[in-house]
Amino acid sequence: MSATAKVLVLGNPNAGKTTLFNALTGSRGKTANYPGVTVERREANVRIGAFDCDLVDLPGMYSLSARSAEERVASEAFFATDVGAALVVCDATTLSRHLYLAYSVIESGRPTVIALTMTDDAESQGMQVSAAALAEALGVVVVPVIARTGKGLPELRAAIANLVVSPVAPIDPAWGDAFFDVLAHLEGAFPEESGSPRLRRSHALSVLLAQSDETHGPLAPRVRAIEAEYDGDLVLDLVADRYRRVDAAVRAAVHGQSLHLGTERIDGILTHPVWGLTVFAIVMALLFQALFSGSEPIVAWIENLVASAQDALGAALPEGPFTSLLKDGVVAGVGNVLVFVPQIAMLSLFIVVLEDVGYLARVAFVIDRVMRALGLHGKAFVPLLSGFACAVPAIIATRTIEDRRDRLLTMLALPFMSCSARLPVYALITAVVFDPSARVLGFISVGALVLFAMYALSVVTTLSAVAVLRRTVIKGHPPAMLLELPPYRVPSVRNVALAVRDRTLSFVTSAGTLILAITVVLWVILSFPRDAAIDSRIDADVQTATDRGDAERVRELANERQRLQLEASAGGRLGKLCEPLLEPLGFDWRIGVGVIASFAAREVFVSTLGIVHGTGNDSDEGSLPLRAQLRAARRTNGSPLYTPLVGVCIMVFFVLAAQCMSTLAAIKRETQSWKWPLFSMVFMNTVAYVVTFLVYQVGRALGFH
Amino acid sequence: MSEVAAPEVRLSVLRPGESGEVVRVEGGGSMRARLLELGILPGTRISMTRTAPLGDPIEIRLRGYALSIRKVDAASILLKDTDLARAGGNE
Repeated sequence: MSATAKVLVLGNPNAGKTTLFNALTGSRGKTANYPGVTVERREANVRIGAFDCDLVDLPGMYSLSARSAEERVASEAFFATDVGAALVVCDATTLSRHLYLAYSVIESGRPTVIALTMTDDAESQGMQVSAAALAEALGVVVVPVIARTGKGLPELRAAIANLVVSPVAPIDPAWGDAFFDVLAHLEGAFPEESGSPRLRRSHALSVLLAQSDETHGPLAPRVRAIEAEYDGDLVLDLVADRYRRVDAAVRAAVHGQSLHLGTERIDGILTHPVWGLTVFAIVMALLFQALFSGSEPIVAWIENLVASAQDALGAALPEGPFTSLLKDGVVAGVGNVLVFVPQIAMLSLFIVVLEDVGYLARVAFVIDRVMRALGLHGKAFVPLLSGFACAVPAIIATRTIEDRRDRLLTMLALPFMSCSARLPVYALITAVVFDPSARVLGFISVGALVLFAMYALSVVTTLSAVAVLRRTVIKGHPPAMLLELPPYRVPSVRNVALAVRDRTLSFVTSAGTLILAITVVLWVILSFPRDAAIDSRIDADVQTATDRGDAERVRELANERQRLQLEASAGGRLGKLCEPLLEPLGFDWRIGVGVIASFAAREVFVSTLGIVHGTGNDSDEGSLPLRAQLRAARRTNGSPLYTPLVGVCIMVFFVLAAQCMSTLAAIKRETQSWKWPLFSMVFMNTVAYVVTFLVYQVGRALGFH
Repeated sequence: MSEVAAPEVRLSVLRPGESGEVVRVEGGGSMRARLLELGILPGTRISMTRTAPLGDPIEIRLRGYALSIRKVDAASILLKDTDLARAGGNE
């Protein structure tokens, strides 16, 4: 046995596997990725007895048969050559289904130990589960554990250590005679180097039972040939044979059954048409409250911290491009990343708790019919809705969706949900272009109507995007809905904390670096080149104004300098260059620069408009001078720039365009590739351009300007 | 042996509280294999707990656990010995 033994931890979903893994590894688990897929594995190096063990937590599985790319990755990991031992986690209250997996593992010949969880739950329901009887029936060591309290953990560690010292294959379970030939042929399906005959047989069996040619490609024909030789329903007979043996073991070891009456009663309410919906509305309202306002104080604190750091740097270092790079590039970039941490932590906390309690499965159950008609997965509902607050944590939240294609689909449609960062843009534009006293139908203000229209557009676009993507880029039949509804359980605090830490940290380190990089790039584009002539002219004027004691004029000149330098910068020139492209949308170069700058974050549009129109970058959407400047802004031909039609076009553009580098960075982190964030950007911006174009042109045709 | 075959009922038509014993699972391919591996086998007792508020999917109980399954998939599961009073499944 090599110095470091690899021990795989397997089990059904909801078996308490993660809790046990965390308990065994002392929260030291690191998340790693399988290349090419979004499935993650958690592993940790632990000292068990005298040995260094690599504990690998495989994704929850009901059997060794893989029917999708994700399941295949986990299954392949099991059949890999370097595996030392297997730990199968089984829920004592649902033993027969869990033992099906355990039996499959035992058949493979891997040295196996079974951890029996939820024994306290079983006892409280009047069940008697004898680990000893199970051990005798299965031929492997069975250790009851209660991960939360630590009971049984030393015995489990000892059992694993024993397996590592003397890796003995468990006794080959007795298959029925009818299968003799089939099993012999299955052994030959894989090359000899891939493992022992038993392992090869077990691997081929898992491919056969998967009945999923698309997942297994070249192996499929070989397995089909074996199937054809058998007289009868081979799949049914094999699975039934396994369950017969499992049921015998269960009969010997278990008395009584789990009824989970508490869960039944709660479900009576939570899946009730009226009460269930009410509770869900309350839960979502709480979630939104937490995301919108709950995180505000912390976000404000972070923003203050960043501003202080910038001020400190400004005071400590001489003025110049390098200082500006540090202040407005690096520190601002780090701030742009940190500002998301409260929302990500909060949404992750909410969702992980709801998932571990078992509530999310109920949400998926209730909402499935609607989601299915829309082409989405039931578990996509909460992340999608969260997109109304902010897409970044919502994209991370899609981790609850197991199927890769469903998850991807949700991630690509999410950004169309109108997030809270768009609100300052809406607020500013509606205040500028619409008369606050104007009413439709006598009482609805035009502004409110337009705002509602933007949200409606956002939802319609999201659903349309799903429909289109489903038929084109993310093809494939929507996966079946077969979801276990686990009994309600109190979540483990450690699990939740680790899950939240994982998600937040992975965002900060992965997506964070990209966000920082783009912030710096944007800073360069918008700050260089600097026109020295402008600087010297303004400096002279500032000197004159200071001599006169005119503080107001000095301020005005500062804004003037910002405006002129922005116009002279690469970003400004780019805006002007793009003007021919922007004119058909009703935009001019100033709006263009705003769009370029707000790639960093949508609300930056407001402060950039402030600079471009001379009121300075401290302007926010409530700033009256800014509103006045915008109303007064004129095109080169003298007509007003910000008309109601142009205002609507700007808002429509912001609903649809990919104006958030952080969203794209989050998509990159979660899909582990550049392809999808780039696709999202091109897709969204194309939609935004086309729709805004249509709105403007149709508006012009109807007589608006 | 009776001369008339016992009436077979599809799982999708059971009402809350009713149960039955699996006769066979129709269809083929990976969905059927998945259902079988989850323990939906001839001889297994399945009870129907509730329908989702929007009419689909349904929640069934078997082998000590609860499963949410769409009616279109439940329709492939044929049952006999349907019983109104009995609840719960074998573990």
